[in-house]
Amino acid sequence: MSVRRVAHIAGVYEHPLREIPDKTVAQIHAQVAVGALADAGLTIADVDAYYSAGDAPGFGALSMADYLGLDCHHLNDTETGGSSYLLHVQQAAQAIAAGHIDVALITLAGKPRTGGAGPGGSARFSSAPEAGFENQFGMGVISGYAMAATRHMHEFGTTSAQLAEIKVAASTHAQHNPNAFLKDVVTVEQVLESRMISDPLHLLDACVVTDGGGALVVVSDAVAKRLDRHTIPVLGTGFGFKGANSGRVDLTYTGARTSGAAAFGEAGVTTSDIDYASIYDSFTITVLVTLEDLGFCEKGKGGEFVLDGALQAPYGRLPFNTDGGGLCNNHPANRGGMTKVIEAVRQLRGEAHAAVQVPDCEIALAHGTGGSMATRMGSATLILGRD
Amino acid sequence: MSDSYTSYLPAKAPETNIETQPFWDATAQGRIDLAVCDDCGFIPWYPRLMCPDCQSTSMTWTTMAGTATVYSYSVTRAGVGRAWKEHLPFVLAYVQLDEGPIMMTNLVACDPDDVEVGMAVTAVFDDTGEGTAIVRFRPTP
Repeated sequence: MSVRRVAHIAGVYEHPLREIPDKTVAQIHAQVAVGALADAGLTIADVDAYYSAGDAPGFGALSMADYLGLDCHHLNDTETGGSSYLLHVQQAAQAIAAGHIDVALITLAGKPRTGGAGPGGSARFSSAPEAGFENQFGMGVISGYAMAATRHMHEFGTTSAQLAEIKVAASTHAQHNPNAFLKDVVTVEQVLESRMISDPLHLLDACVVTDGGGALVVVSDAVAKRLDRHTIPVLGTGFGFKGANSGRVDLTYTGARTSGAAAFGEAGVTTSDIDYASIYDSFTITVLVTLEDLGFCEKGKGGEFVLDGALQAPYGRLPFNTDGGGLCNNHPANRGGMTKVIEAVRQLRGEAHAAVQVPDCEIALAHGTGGSMATRMGSATLILGRD
Repeated sequence: MSDSYTSYLPAKAPETNIETQPFWDATAQGRIDLAVCDDCGFIPWYPRLMCPDCQSTSMTWTTMAGTATVYSYSVTRAGVGRAWKEHLPFVLAYVQLDEGPIMMTNLVACDPDDVEVGMAVTAVFDDTGEGTAIVRFRPTP
């Protein structure tokens, strides 16, 4: 069953701060929940379904639904890292299509900057079946992605200067976002001259580490019709799992191949219909490979695709991450999926910053990547429209 | 088959379990033993006792040659925790064993700047002091 146009994003909220030393993670979840509900014109009392992921403290959705004072009959704690919140939108749409729920609340919060807290769920990792075979080698998040970049360069001739173009575009957008963690425009040269962290990725190839959070409210058609707010129909949804394939490792593609094809198919649109794209940008290489896997260019041609300001709003071929993305604006709780959906909704409502608002933005794509490109990941794609 | 070698990298004993104990026992003796599927011949990495390709539970621990080629790598120069900080720069890699599986490892006993994709490497075994060894690789002489 297709979920095309059965669900609508009615409310979004991004926490304005990037350092939140004086609040707990639960408090930030509550702040963003109320923020998104207010944006939709709804209250906590209207929520009948709650979605959280590994960043939710304690027992996850059970703990947080109780803390928030929810009276709901549907809980979902699916954890796929940074892509979780896009998958939650798909799952909420499915539950709405089944007639089980009408108002779904999805929240994210975390304090990796001032709280010393990891992305959540990490306590479980030492018991993972792969633990003894991957934890002995000093792999960090960035060095895993760096291995993907090395292989992409080896197979396709991709260069560090091409990767740098992605950061340049994000920084060009971030200068207009007063809340962005990094607001300075950078050049390709500045990216290449920044400190090498893990070859071939420099400091400026990596996303920011920020406290913060965000929330989404997804509603049924019936609820959307009675709200005053500009609601955004969900046109297409897709999810893709890609693992290490039992040792047949291929670092040159992501689960976006699967999630993108499903989302485009459900929406009945193609890449040329996309006016704006929020692309998960934990690192510059994440964006480049994802653009290929979503079909915006051929496999191996991502390096050429991003040249000549292709990603720069408002007039590039594919304006992306107009809030500055995870590379410059915000990567709350080390999870960038939530903010990807929020900026896509701003674009479709015409509420992005005027300097980066895509004219007549009618169809937008949001994509999340969770886990690691080096090992196992969950990819989620949404295609959103306008009523 | 393979060299004994003590690298300069951390060699913390892994948490072992009953499923993969034979792998770890073999490392202490300088061998890479992997579970090979008796029914379809597949060798999964990391080792496990149900074949992910054909679901057979008939798997036989078999010694690999210990030789491989570099599939990809990264020279880490910053941004790591305390245990690894004093060992910067070090090389994280995926290497493909001659028998097929691609496994995560470190490349040692070489200048990080000399590493290349496709380079031939040979396993070395870093003793953890607790009856296991960490499998790393160095350039094949």
